[in-house]
Amino acid sequence: MARKLPHKDVVIVGLGWTGSIIANELCDEGLDVVALERGPWRDTATDFNIGYAADELRYNSRQELMLRPAQTTVTARNNAGQTALPMRQFGSFHPGNGVGGAGVHWAGITWRFSPADFRLRSHFTERYGAQAIPDDMTIQDWGLTYEDMEPYYDRFEYLAGVSGKAGNLNGQLQDGGNPFEGPRKREFPNPPMAQTYGPTLFAETAAKMGYKPFPIPSSLLSRTYTNPLGVTMGQCTFCGFCTNYGCANYSKASAQTTVLPVLMRKSNFELRTLCEVLKVNLDSTGKKATGVTYVDTSGEELEQTADLVILCAFMLDNVRLMLLSGIGKPYDASTGTGVVGRNFCYQMANQVVGFFDPAKYNFNNFIGGGATGMAIDELNNDNFDHGPLGFLGGGSTRCAPIGAEPISKRPTPPGTPAWGSGWKKAMRDSYLSNLSVGCEASSYANRGNFLDLDPTYTDRLGRPLMRITFDFPENDVKMSAYVTKKVGEIVRAMGAQQAVEYPRTGPWSTVPYQSTHVVGGTAMGADPSTSVVNPFLQSWDVPNVFTVGANVFPQNSGFNPTGTVGALAFRAADAIRSHYLKSPGPLVHA
Amino acid sequence: MKPSKSPNTGQPSVFHTSRRRFLATTAMGLVALTASGARAKLLFGTGLPWDSGSIEPPRQVLPGPWTFFTPREGELVEAIVERLIPADDLSVSGKDAGCAVFIDRQLSGHYGTSDRLYMKGPFQPGLPTQGDQTDLTPAKTYRQGLKALDDHCRRTMNGKSFTDLSPEQKDKLLTAMEAGEAKFEGPVGSGSLFSLLLQNTMEGFFADPIYGGNRDMVSWKMIGFPGTRYDYRDHVLKHNQKYTLPPVSIGGRGDWARKG
Repeated sequence: MARKLPHKDVVIVGLGWTGSIIANELCDEGLDVVALERGPWRDTATDFNIGYAADELRYNSRQELMLRPAQTTVTARNNAGQTALPMRQFGSFHPGNGVGGAGVHWAGITWRFSPADFRLRSHFTERYGAQAIPDDMTIQDWGLTYEDMEPYYDRFEYLAGVSGKAGNLNGQLQDGGNPFEGPRKREFPNPPMAQTYGPTLFAETAAKMGYKPFPIPSSLLSRTYTNPLGVTMGQCTFCGFCTNYGCANYSKASAQTTVLPVLMRKSNFELRTLCEVLKVNLDSTGKKATGVTYVDTSGEELEQTADLVILCAFMLDNVRLMLLSGIGKPYDASTGTGVVGRNFCYQMANQVVGFFDPAKYNFNNFIGGGATGMAIDELNNDNFDHGPLGFLGGGSTRCAPIGAEPISKRPTPPGTPAWGSGWKKAMRDSYLSNLSVGCEASSYANRGNFLDLDPTYTDRLGRPLMRITFDFPENDVKMSAYVTKKVGEIVRAMGAQQAVEYPRTGPWSTVPYQSTHVVGGTAMGADPSTSVVNPFLQSWDVPNVFTVGANVFPQNSGFNPTGTVGALAFRAADAIRSHYLKSPGPLVHA
Repeated sequence: MKPSKSPNTGQPSVFHTSRRRFLATTAMGLVALTASGARAKLLFGTGLPWDSGSIEPPRQVLPGPWTFFTPREGELVEAIVERLIPADDLSVSGKDAGCAVFIDRQLSGHYGTSDRLYMKGPFQPGLPTQGDQTDLTPAKTYRQGLKALDDHCRRTMNGKSFTDLSPEQKDKLLTAMEAGEAKFEGPVGSGSLFSLLLQNTMEGFFADPIYGGNRDMVSWKMIGFPGTRYDYRDHVLKHNQKYTLPPVSIGGRGDWARKG
């Protein structure tokens, strides 16, 4: 029997980006808020200490800041005919753990999704006709519009201090920005990052070919900045230890560098670290949550009652908690009914590696960061005519050297031996003269891709692991082949002696790292028969439960997700403050 | 729900009876989730907690006796890393760079025992897309794989051990292992052993020297990686120009110590 703790107004599960934003907003409303975080406290001075933050072995190879599979992992299979087996170590994606979550080790690329993304099925139907969408492609509209999201994108960008150049201000296209983006009300809070040689060469070449290059919107800061909460961040130093690392310079936006210095001082906020939530408790009607049960490091089970439960954990854990708690009807792939676990999607990570003449090209790729670089958007989403192509979707194309730590980033041309003197010479020649251009592309929902609870494998607490059933749909593989070929043309035009194209192809493997942009499973939407939460991220079934994270995406765009996740956090907080608290209950009546 | 309550009149909580910045629960851990066995903590209302001992800084690996390998295993691994990274006009050998010491120290720690990985059963064979599904930790793979390598040599090379072979013979055998074609007895296949050896050798060669390999930053000097400098703002716009400052590691640089 769990020991019952004094009541709180709000319990938040997970203190990463979304948990911190919502906790801060609800504390401002005067509510008593407690956050339960399964990992440890982390801050810049201790955990991302400049004396040893630049340690590839510890942080990249051994994944020091990430969720440890011994605590929890997932099982995976490509289709329902296979037996799912555990990811014994994380490969394909890197869930975070601890305060700040995956927002500690993210790259910092901060997009807005395009207006068409939020009404994707309607958009494709209008442009190409309903028959252009394959029967098994379960893409859908989000139940809101880009215009609904704009104010919240703005709030997240100003919180994080995003450095970039607007491409569309109030409908007026702006030189040097992304001409395909939705209209912004105002400029980015900070000017774009300076650009190293590689992205500069990419942008010059792409412009000559007719593309419109622009700087990647970056939550690594181009200058010192004080955000609206009064928290000051420093200028990015291009240290090259960025993605998969914490930032020692206070230059990469994270909960630590933007919200926590304010939130942690609030007397109506409390954080309990190393406390893992087991489930959301429901009352006898099943329509109201009474709080959560969690376990601390002593092994004791504790019950935290609360009026409002907000799931802000990593997206896989949010879906898992919904399933473990019996909130919403689980998805059944064989019949296509139910919703929780449905529309699990990923990101098609395509890449072209260029090998240039070492006597002429020195890219110094160790000078960089997760979000430094230049991009083009002509190959993304529906920015090109898919009519004759036989697939839908696309990706944001960018040259973004994130660093060149040499255990992991020393590509050699195909055919090079993996060891010996021949390897050594080829590797040495390529190290400073290789340059990659990536295309981070859309992943569209498919009837056979879903999440549910594993029947065999359990975590350290005896709960079923999340089971991923996923493979790349034919549509996405065709799209990847197309966009990667186009990227290859650019890399060759840049002067590469050899451009090696790596379009993503099936079957999906759990082994090599691809992207941590796993999304979906508790889709948001206007129709409860195809969504788990309404457009304010409130559970249709249990209205005092909200969930905020990439788990509410109905499918994935050709963009990194964090900008949209941050905007959704502000939007959900605003809905709770402006509407829910005045009249607790469903914000949308189906 | 009390939406209009002021931030400073929160209901009393049992946790507010102590005025300490944060309280640790007293019972010991169910599972140690951090190296230091951290316990659940409550943090509230008084700003950012900062605990100077909360994270372990890396410790400099020192040369000296093996901590994991037997003397024979150590000899074998030194002979192998000397072929994977041979001495030539670009660098010293993997052995002289400290790769075997690096691997030995890694196998003695959490990496060797897979403490942080998911090692619950049932263990069952999987597809290549499902990754390693064996119960073999790196430590077990080395212990059993190196023995299998030694046995294989004695069986197929007229009783010679790996360390007795010529460089050409060693390379030929390593090539067969790389292709998974050398037939080892026991649970560790030659391909699995090779791929782990290659991965760990490269980790040792390119990791910060604090871990025992990459002695004197030999690999970083060879390729032009400046290490842990952490600030390149003055070079960002120097397009296509060589970066000329020498590398620095977490432990500093050898010539700094000599000055003292």
